[in-house]
Amino acid sequence: MHETYLHTDNLAVGYRGRPLIEHINLRVRRGELLTLIGPNGCGKSTILKSLTGQLQKLGGVVYLDGRDMAALALRETAVRLSVLMTERIRPERMTCAEVAAAGRYPYTGRLGILSSSDWEKVNRALQLVHASEIAGQDFTCISDGQRQRVLLARALCQEPEILVLDEPTSFLDIRHKLELLAILKDLVRRQRLAVVMSLHELDLAQKISDYLVCIRQGMVDRCGTPEEIFTSEYIMQLYGTARGSYNAAFGCLELEAVRGTPEVFVIGGGGSGLAVYRRLQREGIPFAAGVLHKNDLDYPTAQALATEVITEQPFEPISDVAFEQAASLIRNCTQVLCPLRDFGAMNHRNQLLAELAIQVGTLKEC
Amino acid sequence: MKKTRYWAAFALLLTLLAILAVWSVCAGSVHVSANALSELLAAALSGNPQTADAYPIIWVLRLPRLLAAVILGGALSVSGYLLQTFFGNPIAGPFVLGISSGAKLAVSLALILTLRYGIPSGSLLLIAAAFAGALLSTSFILLLSRRVERMSMLVVGGVMIGYICSAITDFVVTFAEDSNIVSLHNWALGSFSGISWENLKVITAVCSAALLCAFLLSKPIGAYQLGEVYARNMGVDIRRFRITLIILSSVLSACVTAFAGPVSFVGIAVPHLMKSLLHTAKPLLLIPACFLGGAVFCLFCDLIARTAFAPTDLSISTVTAVFGAPVVLYILSSRHNREES
Repeated sequence: MHETYLHTDNLAVGYRGRPLIEHINLRVRRGELLTLIGPNGCGKSTILKSLTGQLQKLGGVVYLDGRDMAALALRETAVRLSVLMTERIRPERMTCAEVAAAGRYPYTGRLGILSSSDWEKVNRALQLVHASEIAGQDFTCISDGQRQRVLLARALCQEPEILVLDEPTSFLDIRHKLELLAILKDLVRRQRLAVVMSLHELDLAQKISDYLVCIRQGMVDRCGTPEEIFTSEYIMQLYGTARGSYNAAFGCLELEAVRGTPEVFVIGGGGSGLAVYRRLQREGIPFAAGVLHKNDLDYPTAQALATEVITEQPFEPISDVAFEQAASLIRNCTQVLCPLRDFGAMNHRNQLLAELAIQVGTLKEC
Repeated sequence: MKKTRYWAAFALLLTLLAILAVWSVCAGSVHVSANALSELLAAALSGNPQTADAYPIIWVLRLPRLLAAVILGGALSVSGYLLQTFFGNPIAGPFVLGISSGAKLAVSLALILTLRYGIPSGSLLLIAAAFAGALLSTSFILLLSRRVERMSMLVVGGVMIGYICSAITDFVVTFAEDSNIVSLHNWALGSFSGISWENLKVITAVCSAALLCAFLLSKPIGAYQLGEVYARNMGVDIRRFRITLIILSSVLSACVTAFAGPVSFVGIAVPHLMKSLLHTAKPLLLIPACFLGGAVFCLFCDLIARTAFAPTDLSISTVTAVFGAPVVLYILSSRHNREES
């Protein structure tokens, strides 16, 4: 049921005859969303431009629906594949409806006059991207988010079977990013469109993609499902990140931990410590955190930002070893913060640590 | 509502054209009354216009001049519209981009050489020379457009090419024999006078073919207005389209230059005025509108050139500049404001 719609065989891409990336073998099925990720300038756009024929490919073959795209007439490609690229356009005196209607090009006659059924399709496309209410407005006078949606409507008017999008979410605020991606996801699920796109936002790529292709240093570095690609180690490696870290579980970025001997000890857990860890990192104060269970909500962030984290196995009461380690750190720190309010059987000893801090006189309100 | 505007705009243009046509037939150093005109019309319908009193002045002088202004004015403004689409630049036009000057240079050379060696210089030869000159300038502009991104710089480049061509033309004219210069001088300033019925046949044939081709290109032109990337994606063969567009705009402006000399500002001002009038830039409407608008504009300017200081004729560019240049200034300032905000 998952038939391949577009695939490439040893595609080589680049500019002015100089290959930038070679041996690209992509495969996109109907009803599947493939995302290209990778550092800036790695060649994501170059690949997309070569896929669509906008850029002369330097080798290999692109197959569209099993046929060599180079042998297809322009119109035959136009009714199968449509694009949404990053080029900013400023069409003169065109309403959004007219921009979207331009997508009917391959279906109209010699003079390009739209029939009423063409206009129906244009209206439906505008409705689908929630742009019906701006249909009559001048295209140059609307926001970036609206513009991107109108251009998506234009692409849909071409009634494609595959959509190619280059960074469709750049310049958009989070609301419009989510809206646009939700529309795309719908198209993929309901109309079984194939989608190939490049995306900057890793968190979104992780959540929306069915399949990912990672480009790094002039090659396809790795391909796979989000589960295979989104590990902290690999994402750090892909982007050559030396400072800070990527949290794969939450899909969020953390800045680099402050180095040095811990000055502050944070008794956290259950999400209570997150804000404290971030504040200390921001203020450049090295800190330790504990005792945290390895399945605690605080744990990944503490691991990324603290110089030292005292941990315990999931669902186990805090052991003597962990308690002693934490207690000795508390004695050496000038300050102890305890944002944690809920103590139970498993983290009972954290309450004891807080009492110890009161005895030593270093517990501060936070 | 939009359709009403389109109909009204075309009705307005046609009415203006009719009024100006009658006016310019009647007005001039010798006034022709309406009676004389209807007499001529009746005589023409019965097959022998020569019998009417007004025949020589109207049939030999004014009518060819009027038709030339109509057809060449229309051709020039369509040529401007095509160039604006091509370069995505509202102030592109055959005159500012140096295309008219290139054609002028080639025609001057052709005229001088044919006179010197006694070769009869036919209409087609002039058009061919003008076309060659226009293409030469255009290819310079194309080379330049690959190197400069900013559209203002492209126009500056075009103006420079225009100056170079004019300088060479002046040089050639200075060293030509005296007798040649008189006819050359009149033509080089731009004028619709002295166009014969023979010329007009060639003009009509060439311009109507080119205009028809341009009209049939409406669909890809419309797609191209969204930019090359999207046009290509919708199935426009960009390479072929660009070459066709350049050839058509060169043929049109070459035809104008060959017979009327360089005429300034029509190519920029008229398409802009038409876009404002119709509230759209759709080629399907704009190409006919530009033709009519250019015809009206040139007829009006020629009427002034002829009658303002009669019996002295002004050069047509003197008048078109007076009405066209403010429009260009307005485009520049309003675009600037839009980009700022």
